[in-house]
Amino acid sequence: MPVDGALPAHTATSLSTRQFGIYLHVPFCRVRCGYCDFNTYTLAELGPHGAGVSSYADAALAELALARDVIERTGAAVPQVSTVFVGGGTPTMLAAADLNRMLAGIRDAFGLLPGAEVTTEANPDTITPEVAKTLTAGGFTRISLGMQSSVPHVLRTLERTHDPAGVARAVQAVRDAGLQVSLDLIYGTPGETHDDWRRSIDDAIALAPDHLSAYALVVEEGTKLAAQVRRGQVRMPDDDDEANKYELAETALAAAGFEWYEISNWSRTTDGRCRHNESYWRGDNWWGIGPGAHSHIGGVRWWNVKHPAAYANRVLAGDSPGAGRELLTPDQTYDETVLLGVRLAEGLPLTHLDDTGRAAIPALVADGLLDQSAAAAPAPAARLTLRGRLLADTVVRRLLGW
Amino acid sequence: MARNALQPAATPPDLIRNFCIIAHIDHGKSTLADRMLQITGVVDERAMRAQYLDRMDIERERGITIKSQAVRMPWQLEEQTFCLNMIDTPGHVDFTYEVSRSLAACEGAVLLVDAAQGIEAQTLANLYLAMENDLTIIPVLNKIDLPAAQPERYAEELAGLIGCDPGDVLKVSGKTGVGVEELLDEIVRQFPSPVGDADAPARAMIFDSVYDTYRGVVTYVRVVDGELKPRERIEMMSTRATHELLEIGVISPEPVPAKGLGVGEVGYLITGVKDVRQSRVGDTVTAARDGATEPLGGYQDPKPMVFSGLYPIDGSDYPILRDALDKLKLNDAALVYEPETSAALGFGFRVGFLGMLHLEIVRERLEREFDLDLISTLPSVVYEVTLDDERTVTVTNPSEFPEGKVASITEPVVRATILAPSEFIGSIMELCQSRRGNLLGMDYLSPERVEMRYTLPLAEIVFDFFDALKSKTRGYASLDYEPDGEQTADLVKVDVLLQGDKVDAFSTIVHRDKAYAYGVMMAGKLKDLIPRQQFEVPIQAAIGSRVIARETIRAIRKDVLAKCYGGDISRKRKLLEKQKEGKKRMKMVGSVEVPQEAFIAALSQDGSAVEKAKK
Repeated sequence: MPVDGALPAHTATSLSTRQFGIYLHVPFCRVRCGYCDFNTYTLAELGPHGAGVSSYADAALAELALARDVIERTGAAVPQVSTVFVGGGTPTMLAAADLNRMLAGIRDAFGLLPGAEVTTEANPDTITPEVAKTLTAGGFTRISLGMQSSVPHVLRTLERTHDPAGVARAVQAVRDAGLQVSLDLIYGTPGETHDDWRRSIDDAIALAPDHLSAYALVVEEGTKLAAQVRRGQVRMPDDDDEANKYELAETALAAAGFEWYEISNWSRTTDGRCRHNESYWRGDNWWGIGPGAHSHIGGVRWWNVKHPAAYANRVLAGDSPGAGRELLTPDQTYDETVLLGVRLAEGLPLTHLDDTGRAAIPALVADGLLDQSAAAAPAPAARLTLRGRLLADTVVRRLLGW
Repeated sequence: MARNALQPAATPPDLIRNFCIIAHIDHGKSTLADRMLQITGVVDERAMRAQYLDRMDIERERGITIKSQAVRMPWQLEEQTFCLNMIDTPGHVDFTYEVSRSLAACEGAVLLVDAAQGIEAQTLANLYLAMENDLTIIPVLNKIDLPAAQPERYAEELAGLIGCDPGDVLKVSGKTGVGVEELLDEIVRQFPSPVGDADAPARAMIFDSVYDTYRGVVTYVRVVDGELKPRERIEMMSTRATHELLEIGVISPEPVPAKGLGVGEVGYLITGVKDVRQSRVGDTVTAARDGATEPLGGYQDPKPMVFSGLYPIDGSDYPILRDALDKLKLNDAALVYEPETSAALGFGFRVGFLGMLHLEIVRERLEREFDLDLISTLPSVVYEVTLDDERTVTVTNPSEFPEGKVASITEPVVRATILAPSEFIGSIMELCQSRRGNLLGMDYLSPERVEMRYTLPLAEIVFDFFDALKSKTRGYASLDYEPDGEQTADLVKVDVLLQGDKVDAFSTIVHRDKAYAYGVMMAGKLKDLIPRQQFEVPIQAAIGSRVIARETIRAIRKDVLAKCYGGDISRKRKLLEKQKEGKKRMKMVGSVEVPQEAFIAALSQDGSAVEKAKK
């Protein structure tokens, strides 16, 4: 990773042809949840000398300036931003004014395209009508609420502290402020019954969000939950539990008028899709601002140093906060195209596949993993069936001939 | 201390003492031997490596001696210089024959027992062997410097065993050197000198044979009659093969060439042969011209007792495995092998071993010295299967088990000796009964310790018997066994099938009463070890066409990584690449993908491997 973060000249082509997004990572949480392995820190963990929450926006703005500079030096015209996604951590640990200040920084550095999608994640407890209005005024268009579950014992296992009833209030506040609402759910938490999950899904549907994400709980090494599983204090649900719950979600959401557009994401309308999210699966360009944030531009993937203090030191000194990067080989690029593209409901155009991939299609259709009509359409695509969505890794391996 | 050592070929037999040390693995034999080398001035302290006699790394790490050697040491008693030949003996159950040949080269044996632990079954077996060979025994308690030592108690025990007075038991510490000089004196006083006919044609017994990369085979002999001289031609009496004697000498403790070896002397021969099979333990060496007509008694061909398939985990390592076995064979006359193919495991070798330790040592040397990763199949003994048409088939591998109506099957039997604290009699009886054992007799060595004698099918011992014995006796029991013929038994072959396809590596021959337990155990293990596939996979255990146990691996329903990774696509791709690597370690059984680790874990006898493979 070069100290100045310079990108190879060949990325200029991609910068001028593909859409460009900004991911902004806010690495702070009030408490760390037992399952979470994301790059986030509580105030206690940061200590008195850590990068302060209050000065975080300054560091982020410094990286934005660097980003613009690096992109300019590739020779490409500075792209306007199509999507902004503020994630965490808990972005709303920052004052709404700080979030707005950073968004203004993005606007100043790159400019926002008309109709740009600007999302922030939020803990339901932190969204009041005032906060929602402030964010609208600052230019946000969408809020993604971390609902996770509506069942108290599941939330306790996850160590989520929000009040389930607060989710409805937050949804109302967001909607009243004129913003789109998305809800995040987690399934497969130890101790979560089939009925618990049904209740969470039903409650989420009743809140009528524009968009809904449902992610499977993965127990990651190093989390408190992993230690509890190892010690036998909590028992992981069996292998089929997640499959059953995914199918339940699909059935309930489809009945309520939601359509899947990516394995873990549903929306009521095409407009309700998270375009920022889609850009990841389509291989578009985005710059990740903040500690531990990942970026992708024209086949270069890099990631920032994780600790907020180290991050702040780098960017305030004018250096790139990048910790490492990879320049994708053509083979890796192809693997990613398949791996990412197949996850979308629109399917992976067969023209994107090599001979091995195309040769694998008939058997995948016969095994009920790929949709027959999509494969036979005038613009044929590899489109997962419901069974295929659950076995997407198998599908990818077979398309890649592994 | 004797500085003026006697010269080989010019040492009268009455000044020679040939002896060995009989001891259990960790009872301090090597430390005592080191101390003797030092006190007799053969090795100075600075040059002394710890445990000088054990040369191979594995031996050093395991604290056991696989290959014996013989060291010549001078010792002075009452103004007379004597020549002491200390012959090192292998210390494990699988090498009984080699031990017997080492003993046959001696007139006396030092019975060395840890003063804190008392005698072990192994030692007892070798003691009996020494007594059968009419060796004079000097009982010695070692490690008397240890706080836990109970010399009085164990002196009683030893005295009871060999019929001496407890006061005659010497007490030494190899570590501090206490009592070692007295022991050397007693060796001269008590052990008889060798007797032989100096004028008869030369006859020398081979008690060890070691391959050396630079010198070829180094053969260790004890001269019984006549004299061997450099440059003469010698004959190996079992094969009638003749060789030129390129070098002859003694070890003290490095090889020193000599003008010859006379009656009663112990030394080495180098003939330039490259394979220990041409110079076999137990064989008699004589002069090629005017040689002896009668060999010394007691020669036996090494006979493999346990067979196992060895397969490289990476199939492309097969040629390396072949070369490695060819190399080990040069130094191991008991190692036999032939190529074998397994549908599940690929190309490998069927290897015959003297016993389980031999198997472990060979496998470990292959892995360590040749950097191989190996899978070994379930060990099998040698069965004789007689069919109704009176045809008899020798089966060392369940896959050779004949189709057709079986009239009878015989299996090898061993005579086992178990020593343990008497409180464990009940658990030991229970264990031996469950292994089809037959109690022959039981004797108390002391009020607290008991010797139990059993006949057991060898097949029951090769399968985790020793581990079970140890765990049932909190580690206190010791075990020795020797072949004791054959018996007929109601044995059956159990096959394991994955989706109807036989997995040859899991076939086994067991007693009919245990077939069900084996089938249930193996089917259960495999169910846990084999990842779910896109289709349902039945696992069956069967005797012939009769299914005796069944499990089902349900079809996989979800493998997608549906976690939110933010923009960390690299991680997603790497997880997928890791799956690709994992796939390379898959073996196909029919259309079922079985990870290599599942084979290893299912074939290992230790439950923890199952856990590891699941990771």
